[in-house]
Amino acid sequence: MYDVYEIRKEFPIFGVLVNGKPVTYLDTTASAQKPQAVFDAMSNVYHRFYANPHRGTYYFADAITSAFEQARETVREFINARETREIVFTRNATESINLVAATWGMQNVKAGDEVLISEAEHHANLVPWQHLCEVTGAKLVVFPVDDNGEFMREEFYARLGEKTKIVAVSAMSNVLGTMFPIEEIAAAAHKVGAKVLVDACQFAVHYPIDVQKIDCDFLAFSGHKTYGPTGIGVLYGKAEILEKMPPYQFGGDMIENVTFEKTTYADIPARFEAGTPASVQAIGMAEGLKYIKKLGFADIIKHEEELIKYTTERLLEVPQLKIIGTAKKKGGVFSFAVGNIHPQDIAFVLNKENVAIRIGHHCAQPIVNRMGYNSLARASLGLYSTKEDIDNLVAALLKAEKFFREE
Amino acid sequence: MDIEELIENFSFFENWEEKYQYVIDLGHKLEPLDDSFKTEEWKVKGCQSQVWLVPQFADGRIHFKGDSDAILVRGIIAIVLMIYNDKTPEEIKSIDVTKIFAKLGLEENLTPSRRNGMLSMVSKIREYAEKT
Repeated sequence: MYDVYEIRKEFPIFGVLVNGKPVTYLDTTASAQKPQAVFDAMSNVYHRFYANPHRGTYYFADAITSAFEQARETVREFINARETREIVFTRNATESINLVAATWGMQNVKAGDEVLISEAEHHANLVPWQHLCEVTGAKLVVFPVDDNGEFMREEFYARLGEKTKIVAVSAMSNVLGTMFPIEEIAAAAHKVGAKVLVDACQFAVHYPIDVQKIDCDFLAFSGHKTYGPTGIGVLYGKAEILEKMPPYQFGGDMIENVTFEKTTYADIPARFEAGTPASVQAIGMAEGLKYIKKLGFADIIKHEEELIKYTTERLLEVPQLKIIGTAKKKGGVFSFAVGNIHPQDIAFVLNKENVAIRIGHHCAQPIVNRMGYNSLARASLGLYSTKEDIDNLVAALLKAEKFFREE
Repeated sequence: MDIEELIENFSFFENWEEKYQYVIDLGHKLEPLDDSFKTEEWKVKGCQSQVWLVPQFADGRIHFKGDSDAILVRGIIAIVLMIYNDKTPEEIKSIDVTKIFAKLGLEENLTPSRRNGMLSMVSKIREYAEKT
């Protein structure tokens, strides 16, 4: 088991003082902080062998191409894909999902078809499908969650059918923490001939992924949430599906042969990686994944689950506090409301106390509204979070509750 | 109370808690906006909380009513209205609100990075003054 206080020393940002005091960072769901190893890996490229990959015939170009492709292999291993051809680098998970909707979606979804998503999707796994449906005349169908944010099996099956072309679902909700049974959903979808896309942005940070076991057709996640840099994301797709998909964007690196009369496109994954890739970011992302692997998911889960229990208990000490999202299987995401106090007011006091949380609709407006709110406060955990972080959060919340209580 | 009095009151506060407790009190005292005005039409965009602003024009002056569902923002609205209310458009245009907020020690509420919408509200007020 790793010592959380020791590994925190590897994250330079935790040494930063704001107004003379350290910051309690509880917004890992929005974006994770990064260990020094990620900065070193990226800096190493720029210092020692930076060039544009895939193009040159000289040492730097070869070295960065090899490091970039090694990063692809690290990602493949991280999610247990069959081959590196199934790993497409994108800007972020949002782009990964847009890519599928714009290419596979436009090719396969027709008027009268249905796209099935959960009620708890992030806008990134909602709006691209909504747009696809608007353009094609297909129907966006939504399966609900219950008042606790729990998956409702019957409701899901009632909406899955012959017309369903794709099921797009989050493995772990960024608002409720709910973990959807993605293996069961994938099997059920395949039975009716539908494809499955898993939004693994949150799940990938906390739990191991095996795309072969899940048997999903597509899976998206991002580098900045898995302790790596911004500007890089991943789309996994089964090779036989990717091979049939048209390009997403056009330009350099994705072509095979270009004449003014006709252009032929490169094989996968290059076909989906138009332009100079974010190679240094991909290498940084791989380093973040290696960092996770080094600590080991078994220990990360053990650490976080203990902290989830502690957080749940301690949050309930705050008068009027209600946790939104209490599914039996949930990850370290705590959305909450404190009586009628506006989350913006809560965040104001928390900021004065150097406690960083997120407020608002969390880019998932429909589920926040469905739970009965316009705006929620959210604290979330990472592998570096500590009981002291939670103690600071609770102390600041107690202060906020008292501050705004109407006498 | 006018803004000079308010600046004087604020000079006695020793920490942010006292200062903002006073802002909250101002928020509680702000006359609530009638629900019929709490519509998209009167909403100030770009705020994390909901903010409404309604102008009333009379005798060459503008009277504003405002409200928010967040109490601190309500308090700040009370101050903004204290600064701008019942002035002529020319007077409104000449007011340096950033300077007044700095004197109050509340300048953090007018930074573009703080999305509490007060900057949008001030631009909206100036917009109404420009149009008159």
